[in-house]
This record gives sequence, C-alpha cells and structure tokens, in this order.
Amino acid sequence: MNAEKRKTILLLIPIVIVLTGYVLYPSFETMLESFRQEGIFTFQNYIDFFGPKAHANLEALWNSVYISVLSVLFSALIGVPLAFIFNRYDFPGRSFFSGVAIMPIVLPSLVGVMAFMFLYGEAGLVPNMIKDLFGLEEVPFTLGGVSGILLVHAYTMYPYFYMTVSSALNNVDSSLEEAAANLGSNRLGVFWKVTFPLLTPALVAASLLVFMVSMASFSAPFLLAGGYRVLSLQIYFSKINGNLEMAATQSVILSVVSISFLLFMRWFQNRKDYRMGTKGLGAHRSEVSHPLIKWTMVTIGIIAMIILLLPHATLAILSLVPEGSWTWQTYPTAFNLENFRLLFEDPNIWDPVRNSLFMAFVACLGCFIFGMITSYALVKRKFIGKNLLDILVMIPWALPATVVGMNLILAFNQPSPFSFGKVLVGTYWILPLAYFVRFIPLVVRSTNAVLEQMDDSIEEAAQNLGAKWLYTFRRVVLPIIMPGVLSGTLLAFVQAVGEFPTSVLLYTIDNRPISIEIMNQLRMFNLGQAAAYGMIQVGLIAIVMFVSYKFFGVKSENTL
Amino acid sequence: MSSVNLSNITKKFGDFTAVKELDLIINEGEFFTFLGPSGCGKTTTLRIIAGFYYPSKGKVKFNDRDMTTVSPEKRNTGMVFQNYALFPHMTVFENVAFGLKVRKTKKPEIKRRVEDVLEKVYLKQFIDRQVSQLSGGQQQRVALARALVIEPDILLLDEPLSNLDARLRDEMRNEILRLQREYGITTVYVTHDQVEALSMSDRIAVFNAGKCQQIGSPTEIYNQPVNDFVAEFIGETNLFDVELESDEPEKLRFFNSSLDTNIYVDNTPKQIAACQENDQLRMSIRPEAIDVKKTVSENENTIQGKVKMVQFTGEAVHTFIELNENITLKATDLNRGPSTYLNEGEEVYVRLPSEQIRIVPKVKR
Repeated sequence: MNAEKRKTILLLIPIVIVLTGYVLYPSFETMLESFRQEGIFTFQNYIDFFGPKAHANLEALWNSVYISVLSVLFSALIGVPLAFIFNRYDFPGRSFFSGVAIMPIVLPSLVGVMAFMFLYGEAGLVPNMIKDLFGLEEVPFTLGGVSGILLVHAYTMYPYFYMTVSSALNNVDSSLEEAAANLGSNRLGVFWKVTFPLLTPALVAASLLVFMVSMASFSAPFLLAGGYRVLSLQIYFSKINGNLEMAATQSVILSVVSISFLLFMRWFQNRKDYRMGTKGLGAHRSEVSHPLIKWTMVTIGIIAMIILLLPHATLAILSLVPEGSWTWQTYPTAFNLENFRLLFEDPNIWDPVRNSLFMAFVACLGCFIFGMITSYALVKRKFIGKNLLDILVMIPWALPATVVGMNLILAFNQPSPFSFGKVLVGTYWILPLAYFVRFIPLVVRSTNAVLEQMDDSIEEAAQNLGAKWLYTFRRVVLPIIMPGVLSGTLLAFVQAVGEFPTSVLLYTIDNRPISIEIMNQLRMFNLGQAAAYGMIQVGLIAIVMFVSYKFFGVKSENTL
Repeated sequence: MSSVNLSNITKKFGDFTAVKELDLIINEGEFFTFLGPSGCGKTTTLRIIAGFYYPSKGKVKFNDRDMTTVSPEKRNTGMVFQNYALFPHMTVFENVAFGLKVRKTKKPEIKRRVEDVLEKVYLKQFIDRQVSQLSGGQQQRVALARALVIEPDILLLDEPLSNLDARLRDEMRNEILRLQREYGITTVYVTHDQVEALSMSDRIAVFNAGKCQQIGSPTEIYNQPVNDFVAEFIGETNLFDVELESDEPEKLRFFNSSLDTNIYVDNTPKQIAACQENDQLRMSIRPEAIDVKKTVSENENTIQGKVKMVQFTGEAVHTFIELNENITLKATDLNRGPSTYLNEGEEVYVRLPSEQIRIVPKVKR
C-alpha cells in the first residue's frame, strides 16, 4: 500500500508542478492584474467594464453571446440533417459525401477565414462573378461583419454537430426503433418518442462545444468584424493599446463564462443518462429506391460538396498567383509556382514555416510526455483531489486562446520561479510554451479514452508475472495506449501549426509562425503568398490526419 | 510449491468489510476452492493472496514466510483472471514468455519452456497468432499457460470459466484439473458455480457476506452443511423451520407447525449440525432423498401431498409436491421412463427418510 502511494505521489509531483506553474499561476496573475490599477488594489476595472464609462466592453460581451447562440443554431441546422441523411439513407456516393462533410476541419481557422474573404469578401470572386455573369451594376452582396462571422462559424463548426450526432445515431440500437414500430408507433412517432430523446445528450454536448468555441473564436472577428466588437477581440485590442489591466479584466470575465461552461459540460456528461442497455447492432440504412428522390439527394450532395470544398479549391488556385500580378484586376491573371519556389529559396519566407514546425514539434513532445503521465495518473491511480486535477487539466481547453495568451503574458512578463527567474515574454520560448499549455488537454483526453478501455487486470497480470511497475508501464501499458497518445499528439501538432490567437499575442520577429506571416502578407495585399502559406498548413494537416488514420486507425470524429 | 496460511484476515474498504476474521490453511498441492455468491469476499481473499490487496488486519504466510505486505511481483504466484487479461498487443508466444523474460531467463530456455507449456494446453500450432485471433476457450488456455510457465508456488484462478459457454466449460474443467494434477501446484480457485466447486476441489471454503461459513471436502459440504445458508447454496434442497420436541438418545423428534407434523431424525452428528442453545432450527432434505409413493405407507415422516408440476430435464424428473399452501417440496428422480412419471394433480405420499434429513441452525443476520 505504501509503495503504491509512493508511486502515485512521485507521479503527481511533476504533474502538479507543471499545472500549477503554467495553468494555475498564470490565471492567478491575470486575476490579480484585473484588481489592480496603477499598483493599487481596486474593483475599478470591473466597474469600468460593467459601468457606463466604457460601453464597448459590455456591448462586446453581449455580441459574443449573441454570435455564439446564432452559431450554435446555424451549425445545428446544417450538421444535424446532414448526419441524418448520411447515416440513415443509402444512395450512390454516400460514403464519399460523408467523407467530404468533415473537410472544414482541415482548414485552420485563420486560413478558413482568409479563403472565405477571397471568395465572398469585398473583392470576392463569387460576388464579382455573379455581377459579371448577370451584368449587374454592383456586386450583389459582400461578406463582412456579423453575417460574415456567422457564415464562417457555421461552416467551420457544423462538423461538431455532424460528428457527434452521427456517432450517436450509429450507437442507437436499431431494435429500439423496431420495438417502437412493432408496438404500433408510426415513423414520426418513432422519431420523436425514441430516436430524438436518445440523441439529446449528443445534441447538448455539441451545442455546448460550439458555444464555447465560438465564444473563443478570434480569427473570424479579427478579419471580418470591421467595427463589430466581440470580447475575444477586445482583449487583443486592450493589450495592443497597452491597457493590460483592462485586458486582464476582460480575460477574467471571458474565463468565467468558459469555465462555467466547462463545469456544466462535465456535470452533463457525468450525469446518469439512459445509456444503451444493449450493444448497438449497427446502424441500418434504408436504401433510397425512388429514382427522383435518389437523384435529388445525389444532386444535393454534389452541390454541398462544391460549397464545402470551394474554400480549399480557392486557396489552392490563389496560391499559384505570383506577387504583384493581381492588383487591380477582378480575377487573377497569372499562375505559376513562384510562391512555392520562394519558400525554399527566400529564407525570409521559409523561416515562418520552419518556426511553426519546430515550435509545434517541441510543444507536442512536451504534450506527449506530460499528457501520457497525467492521463495515467488520472485514470489508473487513486488519490485525493483527483476531480480537481481533472478540472485543472481541462482548463486550458476551455479557456479561449486569447485568454491563455494573456495569462502567459501577465505571468511571464516578470521573472518567476516557473520560468527559472527569467522574463519569457518577448523571447522565443514563450510561444512553444503557449502551444504546450493549450494542447495538453487534447493529449490527455485521447489518452484517457484508451486507458479507460484498458482493464486494470492487464496491469495486474503483468505484476503477477513478476514485472516491476516501470517494466509493466513500458512493455504493457505504453504499447496499448500508444494509439491514443499519438492521435492526441498529432491533433495537437495540427492545431499548433495552425494556431493564430496565442501567436498574435506572443510572437516575436525570431519566432513568427506561419499564421503571423499569413496576416502580414494579407496586410501587404500579397494574397498569393498568403494562400501559399495557407496551403502549406492545409497540406501538413492533411498529411498528419492521413497518417494517423492509416497507421493508428484514428478516426477523425475521435479527434474533437 | 507452497502452503498458504491466512490467519485472522480482515479487509475493509472504507466502511465496508469485504472479508472478516478469516482463518484458512491451504495445504501443499491441494486444489482449494472459494465458493460463494457475488460480493461474498471470495475474490477479495484471492487478491489478498496474490498481493493486490493488503489485509487491514491479519497475516498471510506462504509456507513459513510472512507475505502480508510483499508486493505482488515478488510472490511468484500465477494468476488467471476472469477476463484472462491477455496482453492484446502481443502474440501467444510473447504473452506466455512475458513472465520468463521478466525473470531474465535465457532465450533458448524461454523458447523451450513456452513451447512445452503450449503443447500441454494444445496450442502449439497457434504460437505466433495474435491473441485477438483466438477463440474464448483458446484465450483461456493461453492465460493458463502464461500462469503455469513461470512454475508458480501457487496457482490462482479467478472465475476462469465464467466467460465460456456451457459445453466448453465442461471441457476446460477437466483440462484445468488435469494440468493441476500434472504440475501438482497448490491451486486456489474462485467460483460461484457449485458444480465446478464440487467436481474439481479437494476442499471447498463456502463464503457469505465476508465470512467463511464452512470448510470441508465436497461431500462434507454437500451432505453435512453447517447451516441453512450452506445447505441452500450448495445444490438444491427443501428447507423448513422445525422445533425440537423431545430429546432421546436414538431419535430426535421435531415438529413443524405449518404442517402440524412430527419429524423424526436419527441422532447422529451426520444428521444434526452443531447448534447453540437458542439457535433457530431448520431441516434440510435434498430432492433426490425424498421418497414419493402413490400409496399410503405406515413409515415415519410420511406426509400426504398433491403433485403441482412435473418438470422433465432429460436425465432427471423434478416433481413439485404441494404439502399445504405454504410448503411445496421438490423431489428429484432419475429418468426411468414415462411409466414412472407422476401426473399433475395426483395425490401422493412423500416420505422424508430419517437418515437423510439434516438439521441445521439458521444463520443469524
């Protein structure tokens, strides 16, 4: 018993140090900062926030909530019907379309927004094309402000609904629906009385997720908002204007919203709900036999596919437009591989790619080791305060990236024991640290999933056969959980490569990553090079996802 | 090979007492079974022997060595888990070789011993398979081989057959017994299946609610249960309350108030369990001991009844006989052809032979 306890404590020490130093302490520093004005303790920042003096803040908070609610609504309206059609009906091309349906997730948020701007923005290709086709005087519409943000959100976030509802639908034991039908219920009755209630947990989970993600959304408002204020963006502006106290206050308020959502979600998922008593017998798809309906569905599928893949295609095409060849013309005129050639020849252009890869690699190495140990302690060890540790680990996931960035700025703009007495802000290493902190939960979550599947008796068997703990961990536990750890790490890598909000708060000239360079190129109206960078990100992500699917059997829906 | 000596073992989980004041000696080379319903403490006791739990009180000894707080990997026991706990990422060979590798056995030696043991469990040809490609029975054999190959001092089996279907279970029962005899290993076997326990064990310990109720050979446990829990849990029985009426050296006279009948029982230790002064008494009679006749006879302990239901199971015929609205007896006979079956509704006379009745105290709750 004592030996076991000693092992647990030895495991917990590094976990607690890291979480305290890089999650708890930064949040605490932000909190302190929010109660300070010119070095004096005060509530003045909060009074300013909610008071009439700075109307903008409260407005931003409401706007954030408003946008998030609408994002949930639109994502659900797209994601749920798609999940139903693709999982319940069989028609030509079904599996292909359902694969395309999750393509938005390979676009990092900044790249996705950029593609939307190219397509539907002020000088967008689609409005101009419509104008020319129909000989209109002016472009019929442009994307921007609230409608733009919502469109991008719906496009990037509906996969959350699509994936959760799909997997819930596949888990519904078809004999339940057959039982209801057998008892005399008609098709509509079966849906409302049986299928729908079984889907509610998935719907609620997806709604919460989308709400949190869009509260935290930074790239879309950053590029599209214009004068429209949202809270995550306000934090950035406060920081840029040097008002760290207000930035801290805004961060605290956004954190409170996000963490209460995290806690609510945990409560909801741990709540006893009606789980399947039986193992699902696999979904049954009814084949669509009526030719008219069948081909209508196929047509809808093709149109949806085109809309979904248009951003990817636009990026690919625009990345071939060399610098300076698309200025006043409506459409680009010249295409070549100049942008990609420069990548390998101009160190200024290659540097961001190298930075991104290196920093993501370092951060993921940290996540890999730390996530693995943390997950093992959380799932397989008993200790007091486990629940608290579990929440602490998930906090970086719930906190908006902007807040994580602010926390790190406020914690490490002065020497601290956790940075070995150095000021980290303004150095190279602050960004890898930010990526590491942000993506710990991804590795922990995916490792938890496999560890929970692994029966305790496996470890006991090894021990019984004479193996010491470390040997058991290396030879038995590690090989079994490796797919989970790796899929989490690869996902973390993908996200780290595309990460924008923390990058924009923390980058320096030396470590500027791809996302920052995209922003710079956009500012210089060098759209081709920006698109080329975007393509590199998309390419990296596609490779990683393909590898993790092919070699570790990781399904993309497990990566949420 | 070792003997196991548990003295005064108590194991608590928080407020819940899983095992209470257990004293037990398992002899060298013995096949010893822990039998009881789920949650009775039998698996906890096994895990205390394996070292996965340390007792809250009491001592565990292998031979004369105190093992109470020795960690599991240093006990040299071989455990077969209920779910087999095979390492899913290893082949059959790697699984079986695991314990030998940990013991730093030389490679050729490992190969020889793994092949040896796999031959014994008839799995030699599957040596390079992944364990997930094996059937349930084959996985069970791998688990057994993995535990046996390290030549453990004690073999521990935790409900090893509960995941197999009935036919395979019979087969594996003989298999395990054969291997145990061949290796002569001290074996502790946990099960809730009384048929397994009775047919395999040298001795059985019957557990209920954390307490060991009785330790004895299968025939002792079946024929001379110490209380009504053991009588009811092992095999089938008819139990009803009785009171002692008169105390004579040859025969005791008991009275059942519901039937309003006297019941005579031979006054020998085989028929009468040890009782305390104020124990409530019950009589137990096995269905196969009951004598059912269509005609009245003058023998003692004969009661009139009516056939309620006849159940045919193939080898045997169960007859349920209603004595009054509260008491229905079950009588079992081997199948001797259709002419011997009773009809439902028939009036019959049941005799409870005085040398077959067992008087037991009721367990206090």
